[in-house]
Amino acid sequence: METNNSSHLSGDVSSSKVNSVLSGETKNVNGKLIEIEKLFRTYLLGEVEVHALRGVSIEVSKGEFVAIMGASGSGKSTFMNILGCLDKPTKGNYKLDNIDVGNLSRDELALIRNKKIGFVFQGFNLLSRTTAMENVELPLFYSTVSNKERKEKSIEALKKVGLEERIYHYPNQLSGGQQQRVAIARALVNDPSIVLADEPTGNLDSRTSVEVMEIFQKLNEQGITIILVTHEPDIAAFAKRHVVFKDGRIKSDKINSNTKNASEVIKTIPSIDEEDEE
Amino acid sequence: MKILNIILAAFRALRRNKMRSFLTMLGIIIGVAAVITMLAIGQGAEYSVKQQIASLGTNVLIIFPGSQQQSGIRVGAGSMTTLTEDDAQAISTDCPAVAYVSPGTFAGGQVIAGNLNWATQIQGVGVDYIQIRDWIVQYGSFFSDQDIKGATKVCVLGKTVADNLFPDSDPVGQNIRIRNVPFKVIGVLTRKGQNAMGQDQDDVILAPYTTVQNRLSHFPYIRQILVSATSSKSIETAQKQITELLRMRHKIARFEGDDFTIRNQSDLANAATATSQILTILLASIASVSLLVGGIGIMNIMLVSVTERTREIGIRMSVGARGRDILTQFLIEALVLSLLGGIIGILFGVAGSKLISSFAEWPTFITAFSILLSFGFSILVGLFFGFYPARKAALLNPIDALRYE
Ligand SMILES: Nc1ncnc2c1ncn2[C@@H]1O[C@H](COP(=O)(O)OP(=O)(O)OP(=O)(O)O)[C@@H](O)[C@H]1O
Ligand SMILES: [Mg+2]
Repeated sequence: METNNSSHLSGDVSSSKVNSVLSGETKNVNGKLIEIEKLFRTYLLGEVEVHALRGVSIEVSKGEFVAIMGASGSGKSTFMNILGCLDKPTKGNYKLDNIDVGNLSRDELALIRNKKIGFVFQGFNLLSRTTAMENVELPLFYSTVSNKERKEKSIEALKKVGLEERIYHYPNQLSGGQQQRVAIARALVNDPSIVLADEPTGNLDSRTSVEVMEIFQKLNEQGITIILVTHEPDIAAFAKRHVVFKDGRIKSDKINSNTKNASEVIKTIPSIDEEDEE
Repeated sequence: MKILNIILAAFRALRRNKMRSFLTMLGIIIGVAAVITMLAIGQGAEYSVKQQIASLGTNVLIIFPGSQQQSGIRVGAGSMTTLTEDDAQAISTDCPAVAYVSPGTFAGGQVIAGNLNWATQIQGVGVDYIQIRDWIVQYGSFFSDQDIKGATKVCVLGKTVADNLFPDSDPVGQNIRIRNVPFKVIGVLTRKGQNAMGQDQDDVILAPYTTVQNRLSHFPYIRQILVSATSSKSIETAQKQITELLRMRHKIARFEGDDFTIRNQSDLANAATATSQILTILLASIASVSLLVGGIGIMNIMLVSVTERTREIGIRMSVGARGRDILTQFLIEALVLSLLGGIIGILFGVAGSKLISSFAEWPTFITAFSILLSFGFSILVGLFFGFYPARKAALLNPIDALRYE
């Protein structure tokens, strides 16, 4: 998959451009949300170079639902961290919503993470001893919204993931699936244009996993772009596009013509209680 | 409004670790309370020394018979007879820098009034005595030159004596017996309080020195002459004039030492003030050390918490916190701890000083300065010791912080 000719857009990207994009002024001409060209990421472990990514090029349009798969150590997490502006590539171009991320300062990257990206981690990464509500509020602390708006948005996000009953629960009072839903609500709360999820179902049982996928599918239907990493083909089956990594490169990139509907799959999985009754 | 959010985040973080926050604050609380209390004690001492010096009377010189070595030990018991009434008279007429002169002698004794009795000191003094001591007769009057000349048996009571001998009645006009000699009370002095040695200055009876010599002590010489200079600037001049005059009158050869001693009260006063100031500084510096230790405690806890909360920092960064947001939050946490600790410390310090003054009967004196000082110091401590850990947190890479185990 080759990138389209957009190199003339790269280069001069100032923070004013970041701001204009964030305020929605810039029109994305070609509808591409992510444009990545020959991305490399090399870790230095003492004298040893570990090539985690060796020239990844990919484009993702708005509204896509991509599953990234591949063997352990193939560079999926490394790739996701760069997508999420948590890490910087060693080499290569990354444009998010037409902003050349490679040229941004630390503070500008923080702004991008705050406004454009919602990240969901395998290990949930919630603040302990902090209520679901306060966890979800977190991104809004670093943007300019009023207290009232912050509360409303957080409750709305918690409703989207079906946790409005649990807003004052602490993470240790929630199941793994519920914790992951809190994390998803946190990712959603600032209306990101993309949600990135690195093995979001990795710590969950199969039924809970499908429930989480149901949420992602609903979000995707509302127009949010979703990229998730998974090892399980069952999970990837809910995505519309499959990208497979191997040794730091993209091995295959296909449309999933047989996308499953999570809401329907759930009905076929008996809950544990029902199993007990059998 | 973003800063308000960060302040809120800081408060939430502190609330999440109540015990740790409290223990960190404890260091500052103790430090500030110690500084406040120590300064209060020191300044109380300074204050009471100044009060006592003022209560001595201003510009006072005391002349004793006998010479005094540098060590302060008076020598030559025989020379106790070198001062006379005429010396006092000569000082008052011949020394222009001298304002008032009062010869003095004293006797101890049991005093009886009706069925009450009281043991006290009877000071034989001149008419000028109350001017020199800046004392005021509260009721009645003071004795006159006539009383001195005639050695009449009249006296003026100090407040303590008056309170003890005449608890319910007016002493003025009453008769008392001092060592069985009847005296008529003609006045009562105002309260003066304790002197620099902690003695009650009001536990005294003043009588004409001639009467005390003749009726009570039977010691025909003068034990001291109390003199006040015309102003604080003329103290040294007065001292010089008195020395010259007395040496001449006592016919002391040029190479011989004085047979009298002049004590300059302001010298003593300055020394005492300086000593108490040194005490204040010493106490305050000891207390500051504990404040410093409290500050290091803050740094220690903040450093630990940066390490312990690395993942939290990573999470915050992953949702859009900038380095400076993290820096601000950690600084605010440190500041809140030190400020809150400072405020509580001030309360404890004030309470502690009050306790000390009521139980140890030591005057304490809390000044706005000492409160501002310790408050300012605790803010500085918070900023200074909070900055390094906060910066360390702010410089973390989001992904490294998130991966931290
Ligand atoms: N911080 C790091 N320092 C050094 N090497 C790293 C680091 N992070 C990842 N690597 C290496 O980079 C390669 C890719 O790692 P990555 O975590 O992206 O794999 P992954 O595809 O996510 O694997 P998994 O499916 O097990 O999560 C691995 O060989 C790994 O050892
Ligand atoms: Mg991984």
